[in-house]
Amino acid sequence: MSLTPFELAALELSLRVGIASTLCSLPVGLGTAWLLARCRFPGKTLVDAIVHLPLVLPPVVVGYALLAVFGKRAAVGAWLFDTFGISLAFNWKGAALASAVMAFPLMVRAMRLSLEAVDQRLEAAALTLGASRARVFLTVTLPLIMPGVLAGAILAFARSIGEFGATISFVSNLPGLTQTLPLAFFSLIQQPGGEAAAARITVISVALSLVALFTSEVLARRLTARMGSIG
Amino acid sequence: MIEVDVQMRRGAFELSVQFNAPSAGITALFGRSGAGKTTLVNALAGLVHPDSGRIAVDGAVLFSAAEGINRRPERRRLGYVFQESRLFPHYSVRGNLRYGMRRGGEPRDPALSFDAVVELLRLEALLRRSPRDLSGGERQRVAIGRALLADPRLLLMDEPLASLDLSHRAEILPFIEQLRDRLHIPIVYVSHAMEEVARLADTLVLLSEGKVAAVGTVEDLTSRLDLRPLTGRFDAGAVIRTSVAGNDLVFGLTELSFPGGRLRVPHLGLSLGTPVRARIRARDVALALERPHGLSILNIFAARVVEIAADQGPMVDVRLDIGKPDRPVALWARVTRRSTHELRLEIGKPVYALVKSVALDRHSFSPYAPRTSVEE
Repeated sequence: MSLTPFELAALELSLRVGIASTLCSLPVGLGTAWLLARCRFPGKTLVDAIVHLPLVLPPVVVGYALLAVFGKRAAVGAWLFDTFGISLAFNWKGAALASAVMAFPLMVRAMRLSLEAVDQRLEAAALTLGASRARVFLTVTLPLIMPGVLAGAILAFARSIGEFGATISFVSNLPGLTQTLPLAFFSLIQQPGGEAAAARITVISVALSLVALFTSEVLARRLTARMGSIG
Repeated sequence: MIEVDVQMRRGAFELSVQFNAPSAGITALFGRSGAGKTTLVNALAGLVHPDSGRIAVDGAVLFSAAEGINRRPERRRLGYVFQESRLFPHYSVRGNLRYGMRRGGEPRDPALSFDAVVELLRLEALLRRSPRDLSGGERQRVAIGRALLADPRLLLMDEPLASLDLSHRAEILPFIEQLRDRLHIPIVYVSHAMEEVARLADTLVLLSEGKVAAVGTVEDLTSRLDLRPLTGRFDAGAVIRTSVAGNDLVFGLTELSFPGGRLRVPHLGLSLGTPVRARIRARDVALALERPHGLSILNIFAARVVEIAADQGPMVDVRLDIGKPDRPVALWARVTRRSTHELRLEIGKPVYALVKSVALDRHSFSPYAPRTSVEE
């Protein structure tokens, strides 16, 4: 089965959006997870609630909110465009942002749980051995939370691939620009006689998910094997 | 010199500790759980911060509230061996050992090179293993090696044997003795087991409810009656400094001399002149008014009653002096209160102390390093 240009464009866009949104939100997610797991500050509950908001809001509402903040004529969107020449409206970057926001709570949750599970006495032991805080993070904390970071990334990627509501209301459904696999599927079943083509999209989606899951499994195994032999 | 002056309050617990100890040999922090031992060691390491005070090791100020100095733990150069080893699970034994080593540079002391430490603690066979696959005793040995290889100016050990069962303790103790005798790193050793302290320590700091009850040599503090509630009653005993004076190969005995007499014990295999610390438990000493004859006991000393610890219990601890007139040597005897009446024991009375030589615990004999005097 060879893919049509229409399907190929949707697949390529889905992958690009998924990978970009996951990679860009990784450091932010890790920082937020650290903040929530390790720091005590006033308003922490509020930050926690805001991070979890996309999980409980209808996705179309999140998309609308993004439009209201990052749209061409909205405050942040206009500033981004004037200062950096970055536009998020109606292109794949906007789709990536929408996916990242929707997947963020899942990513932070996985990382936070693994951070909270780290035995901080090991970090104290590393300090007494003369390691700087940065070295302690890189050589003790990060390796120990790596399974959680990986799980968070996989969850976020999977959530991105399936993202629909926030994307369609933020960046619309433009073939070749913002039409990822779910949006392409949506367009096809809207047309009379599009069921066969929609079924092909379904098969592609299933295949993509299986590849992603398989890759994560291999990565996790390698990671575990390497953790056993460092040094 | 290790200078410690720490005040801190955490909720209802208050720690207020001040003492100086020589920066040589082993200084034991001894006290019950809750006395503040671990908090104090964490303050030395910089893992908790005192409210006020001063901490210095050999002139290097690690903490001083007055001068606004509070060195970060990673800049204190103190090795820390924790109760639960705290090995990094994602590194091999070798990786753990190398973690604190200075990059590129040679260690200041060649006795602390990687190979030397691996040999000292017999870690060769473990290097490629994961901490997961080690026994508790092996883990502690690796933890000690890891702390040593960071080239510390002072080694902190927080009850390193507490998480081990009896046989593993016996496996680790000789290694700690080796550290004391072969390396020039002072050790602060936290313990609540008097037999460990008596075997290892040179200086004893008695902690009670967040305060220092006494500082001194192990011999002095264990012979003091007023400290008995802290040093422990069941295992109460005297520690005597001796040196090997002769070996009786025919009967397999070693003679240990101390001012005032000789102690005969089963053969120790040590050369003449080796300093040995003997611990004699009060319950292993009996008293007689006349020198007994026809007795299997080898160690009988002329003694003088110095102190009688009378309370309402059936047992009474009697402190004796078995030394020369100018060099007293303390020995404790635990007898029944009835016996003290029948023997009419009183202070100054001459008696004979009978020490059951077979009851002398070989593990309580240990060579000790020449000590420096303790200043308070």
